[in-house]
Amino acid sequence: MLGFLAFIPRAVAQGIPLLYGCTGEIVTEKSGNLNLGLPGVMYVGAISGVIGSFFYENSVGAGEVNAALAILIPLLCSIAGSLVMGLIYSFLVVTLRANQNVTGLAMTTFGVGFGNFFGGSLIKLSKADIPSISLSKTSACFRAQLPFAGSTGWFGQLFFSYGFLAYMAIVIAIATAFILKRTGVGLSLRAVGENPATADAAGINVTKYKYIATCSGCIIAGLGGLYYVMDYACGIWSNDAFGDRGWLAIALVIFTLWKADLGIFASILFGGLYILHLYIPTGMDHMERKELYKMIPYVVTLVVLIFTSMRNRREDQPPQSLGLNYFREER
Amino acid sequence: MNNKAKEPLIHLTKRGTVPVRTAIMIRIIAVIIALIVCAVVTGLTTGINPIEVYSSIVSGAFGSVRKTWITLQDVSILLIISLALTIAFRMRFWNIGGEGQVLMGGLGAAACMICLGDKLPNAVVMILMLISSLVLGALWGFIPALCKAIWNTNETLSTLMMNYIATQLVLYFTILWEVPKGSGKIGIINQNSHAGWLPQLFGSKYLLPIILAIAVTAFVYVYIKYTKHGYEVRVVGESPKTSVYVGINVKKVIIRTMILSGALCGLVGLILVGGINHTLTATISDGRGFTAVLVSWMAQFNPFAMIATSFIIVFMDRGAGEIATRFDLNQSYGDILTGIILFFIIGCEFFINYEIHIRNHKNKEK
Repeated sequence: MLGFLAFIPRAVAQGIPLLYGCTGEIVTEKSGNLNLGLPGVMYVGAISGVIGSFFYENSVGAGEVNAALAILIPLLCSIAGSLVMGLIYSFLVVTLRANQNVTGLAMTTFGVGFGNFFGGSLIKLSKADIPSISLSKTSACFRAQLPFAGSTGWFGQLFFSYGFLAYMAIVIAIATAFILKRTGVGLSLRAVGENPATADAAGINVTKYKYIATCSGCIIAGLGGLYYVMDYACGIWSNDAFGDRGWLAIALVIFTLWKADLGIFASILFGGLYILHLYIPTGMDHMERKELYKMIPYVVTLVVLIFTSMRNRREDQPPQSLGLNYFREER
Repeated sequence: MNNKAKEPLIHLTKRGTVPVRTAIMIRIIAVIIALIVCAVVTGLTTGINPIEVYSSIVSGAFGSVRKTWITLQDVSILLIISLALTIAFRMRFWNIGGEGQVLMGGLGAAACMICLGDKLPNAVVMILMLISSLVLGALWGFIPALCKAIWNTNETLSTLMMNYIATQLVLYFTILWEVPKGSGKIGIINQNSHAGWLPQLFGSKYLLPIILAIAVTAFVYVYIKYTKHGYEVRVVGESPKTSVYVGINVKKVIIRTMILSGALCGLVGLILVGGINHTLTATISDGRGFTAVLVSWMAQFNPFAMIATSFIIVFMDRGAGEIATRFDLNQSYGDILTGIILFFIIGCEFFINYEIHIRNHKNKEK
């Protein structure tokens, strides 16, 4: 029981970046854009926040950081960085009608390169011995827990032991689900993703919806990168540490059948699968089996992917025009 | 929305056919603009004179005889992967799994080298290496293809997941075979006996991949353009409904094509493990499975144009390595430059496919 209690918060912490990425990608895909640049966007969101807080911490020097500024500066930098990535993608795909798969992969190349380059440069600037940047002061602000978290025992550990970005991820996911399902804006957005020509005929500004959905999707995904660095990794940036989480987030979108509220549970489940290998005993002489256990999240995704395509229910399908660009005069 | 009252300034129409010359001109202009933007970005972010950067890119790719050979070798590797993916892309099957298929091919080759290396005659080992890498690569193409054919499973994501499964499998075997124990890597396989090392052609260790790449280019060109199989691939890609109508077994074509695509990627794994690195790591493919998607698309799926596009990418990549060492920058800088150039090349397709008319408002007002 105790082991399990310790496992859940770690699974949640591991799942939150996936949740941000998944929610962001759902918003984007609902507008008909399959953004394979998500891993790149999450890298850019993370490194932009790191750059912001790095310079803020350096300007403060040894003194105390202002909690509000320490949170706001990285947050705004991260949002700005992801927004720029979203605008690049939207411009290429929506305005210039470029191939979405190719644009996405180029964004990933660019974004991961951007993250590792500036990460590497900052490491050089900070003249540290280890190849990583430590932003412990900023991280402390991001990781600040609710005051009563420690005093409520296992209940507090389970529900109150996270930084504010974790709760924000859940709020954003629920809000996204609500907006998509219950509001007029959501209806219009879904119409754009299902059949842009019909939406256009109904007087919906397709271009505007695609731009806004893609950019806000990117911003949400970028926050996942920020959460990873500032909260999960305790403010330590090292190159390539974020790994393949961006791709897993894209897979999660399919796993959740484009439902943002389901994403909350799915991402925590995936977070658990991601770290499951730490909890399966292997013994010292069979360390290689750990590598097989690390395979579990990918195998599960693949199996779910196959199962959803086997069941082939109408309401479980991706937006109909996903991956296709819309050109008004070509109907 | 008062669209009626205000006519948009810019009006777009889709072009029918574009003269090849115009299309090439537009692409060249895009690359030139991209290089200028890269220069400006370089100047702003690093403070290094961009001309120096470009000259070191050239010297990084062609600075010495050895560097030139390695550049050509890298081009060949990337080219074969791109060609392998192209076969699938012509069928509109988005095979993002080149990475995993290459890894599995490498795993097959390494397994034969390690387990059979000194027990069988060298020629037999090599034949077994060839078979096992082709079969494993093909298997990694077969699984997503089977799911796509039967249940219409999204192939972009299934091939992507197969990449990670392959990575973990390779990591598993890396630890199983590690030399010395605890080091976490295999090291050079059969360093003394050279069992299973692919032969050097004409005394040069760089020629084998290059010759194979030329052969594969010719094969893929002929396969897609002049064979019945290739014709079926193209019809399935253009319109699945038509292919059902003309009596093509779509499922069979998907599976057959992906087996070929995966096997060609497996061949790359064999070259990398048996011919170049003589070891197996999980990063042996080094992201080339993804880069190849871009290479193939930039060439508009034309095997000969792919020689040029894979050359551009490798050239930038090798050059970036040189910049990294010379100016004490980070290797990832090359990715940023490549990304910027890609954005421009991707964007310029718009100007090839669409014509822009700017409305002349003055006439109307009069």
